Amino acid sequence: MDVRSQISMVFHLDKCIGCHTCSVACKNLWTDRKGAEYMWWNNVETKPGTGYPGKWEDQDIYKGGWEKDGEGIRLKGAGKPKSLTNIFHNPHMPVIDDYYEPFTFKYLDLIESSAGDDQPTARPISMITGEPMDIKMGPNWDDDLSGSPDYARNDPNFANLTDAEQEAMFELERMAFFYLPRICNHCLNPACVASCPSGAIYKRGEDGVVLINQDVCRGWRMCVTACPYKKTYYNWNTGKSEKCILCYPRIESGLAPVCMHSCVGRIRYLGVMLYDADQIEAVASADEADVVQRQMDMILDPFDPEVVAAAMANGVADSTIDSAQKSPTYKFVKIWNMALPLHPEFRTLPMLFYVPPLLPVVATVSEADHSERAGELHDIAKHWPDSWLYDTTTKELFGTIDDARFPLEYMASLFSAGDTTAVADRLKKLMAVRLHRRLVTVGDVAKETVDAALADTNLTPLLADEIYYLTSLAKFDDRFVIPAAHREQAIEMIEFTGDVKGNTGFGFKVGSAVRGA
Amino acid sequence: MTALDTFLFVAFPYVAVITFVVGVLYRWKRKGFTVTSLSSQFLEGKMLFWGTIPFHIGILVVFLGHLVAFMLPQATLAWNSQPLRLIILEGTAFVFGLTVLIGLAALMYRRFTNPRIRAVTTPMDIGIELLLLAQVILGVWIALGFRWGSSWFAADLSPYLWSLVRFSPDPSAVFALPWVIKLHIVGAFALVFMVPFTRLAHVIVAPLNYLVRPYQQVIWNWDRKAIRDPSTAWSAARPKAN
Repeated sequence: MDVRSQISMVFHLDKCIGCHTCSVACKNLWTDRKGAEYMWWNNVETKPGTGYPGKWEDQDIYKGGWEKDGEGIRLKGAGKPKSLTNIFHNPHMPVIDDYYEPFTFKYLDLIESSAGDDQPTARPISMITGEPMDIKMGPNWDDDLSGSPDYARNDPNFANLTDAEQEAMFELERMAFFYLPRICNHCLNPACVASCPSGAIYKRGEDGVVLINQDVCRGWRMCVTACPYKKTYYNWNTGKSEKCILCYPRIESGLAPVCMHSCVGRIRYLGVMLYDADQIEAVASADEADVVQRQMDMILDPFDPEVVAAAMANGVADSTIDSAQKSPTYKFVKIWNMALPLHPEFRTLPMLFYVPPLLPVVATVSEADHSERAGELHDIAKHWPDSWLYDTTTKELFGTIDDARFPLEYMASLFSAGDTTAVADRLKKLMAVRLHRRLVTVGDVAKETVDAALADTNLTPLLADEIYYLTSLAKFDDRFVIPAAHREQAIEMIEFTGDVKGNTGFGFKVGSAVRGA
Repeated sequence: MTALDTFLFVAFPYVAVITFVVGVLYRWKRKGFTVTSLSSQFLEGKMLFWGTIPFHIGILVVFLGHLVAFMLPQATLAWNSQPLRLIILEGTAFVFGLTVLIGLAALMYRRFTNPRIRAVTTPMDIGIELLLLAQVILGVWIALGFRWGSSWFAADLSPYLWSLVRFSPDPSAVFALPWVIKLHIVGAFALVFMVPFTRLAHVIVAPLNYLVRPYQQVIWNWDRKAIRDPSTAWSAARPKAN
């Protein structure tokens, strides 16, 4: 047993309001520089939709992640033979038009234009060439455009849905969407690390953060191909690749990463999990249907004395073990079994977990029969039964989950490699907690119903209250349990964290003048 | 033997090689951030394919050919002792030289016409491309106009280069060569000289280590076995990631 600690994350999708505060905070802190304008280390996507870059989930296009190769696995679009033979030209690499050409506006024209008959305008100009351009794409271009043919209908997750199911999702009355915030997953089996010919990308042993050494990166760009989540980005100005660093200077001083700190909906949780690194290869090579459960199984119980002893023998600090025992992510992922990783079929073992959204379920719309009133109503009028919104009195409590506006197959394609029961189990838990709280606060639900719901999901009223607390009432220190690096060790870990805006990546300042020199 | 000849064929090669070694080591160790392939595929990928593939494959083969004639002059001469084999060798060299030329021309056309690529072009990029272009044109010219060039290389140039390696330079054979070949030799050392100052620096970081390293890399900033041992003194030196 090789016990290591990993900073892991949980995003509670029911709580995400899609405000992009996380993206803007990250952009301001890290990627507001030349060559990085298009990078969104943190982005929020509208689902169903194509995401960023367009259709990133479709690995037939992008060739990211791992694929099964006999008993083991291999990188789909990179790896030792492919990375070296494709080194002069990488055929599976997205280009800037798959993201968008960064732009700004000539604001000075508004002030400095000479007097004339017409109003001066601020024309858009490219931040690459400086020339005027037509904006074709931008950040969050598909925001809230779930129903539109360009975005929702091109969502790669519809592959397993029938045409009828897809059409049902796009009926105006049933149409729904939810937000999917994404950062680097800091995977246990990172494809970017495995694909890097220079050996510049590495996983930090102490906390599992995946970083790119900017001094060693040679810009071969295989990581851009290999990451199935498209969370490594190529900086066209410096000729280096960059990615989310999980705000490691903040984490080392015990602060939450800035995307999490700034989260308005308080959807984000961050904590330590202990796992058995000896199992990584076997778990990543498991059958597609088993990957999720095997990944859950390799996360170890931080209260188990054997695990604690093995962790200590492995150099895991006391404060880290203590954090692992208080970890909110361990509760969501392991104890309560409420969270799932995004696209586990990519086999990178991501350590960012999502609580799948229940919200569209309770808003299921069933149309009322209004044939009796046909004469008095206009043709296009529609009436809903009074009980449609929070239909908490129904006997078939979880029937509504199966009739959700998002078919379970869609959720399963996102979070469980197609296993609908894994998603349904988690949604039922969310529902059971709601029913329990409804009973406590309003009391219009039958106690037997609630008891049945709790029993069915292996919850007790106490557990349900705990889940409710961490979901709805949790304070800052409940949501983020971060072991600060020990001062004496932190000095060793990084020389200088007082980075300023405009730095190249982080740690040192190099202008673009050196390009080519 | 003029002073210029002596400078170009005795002094300059040493200057070039010393500059290469010192410059490359300095840039690699101290200015690691500037060592990159500076790929522009992200800004334009389709046309790049038709330039970069012929250019790189051609230049690898041509470089390898020069290396063989330098390392194994006797074998080269023996191979060339039959005219048919000489023609095969020279023909191959010419074809790959032409491949390099076509690739380089495509790359330069792309660099000058695409506004996005122009935005990431420095004067040094253009300078080194012109130098490469001149060198490749001279090489193709030699392959076409002096069809016994490979034997010449083995008989005259290889001993000259080895005399440089042995620190007893004997450039007399070179002085007698046609000026096209002389220019090609000077161009070669000029390219070597320029490597540390240009994007050519990426040739020294060909990622061959990738073949032997394990796929996953985990780096501990602490010594995880010693960190809990109270008898271990804290290391004064900061461990360097990678």
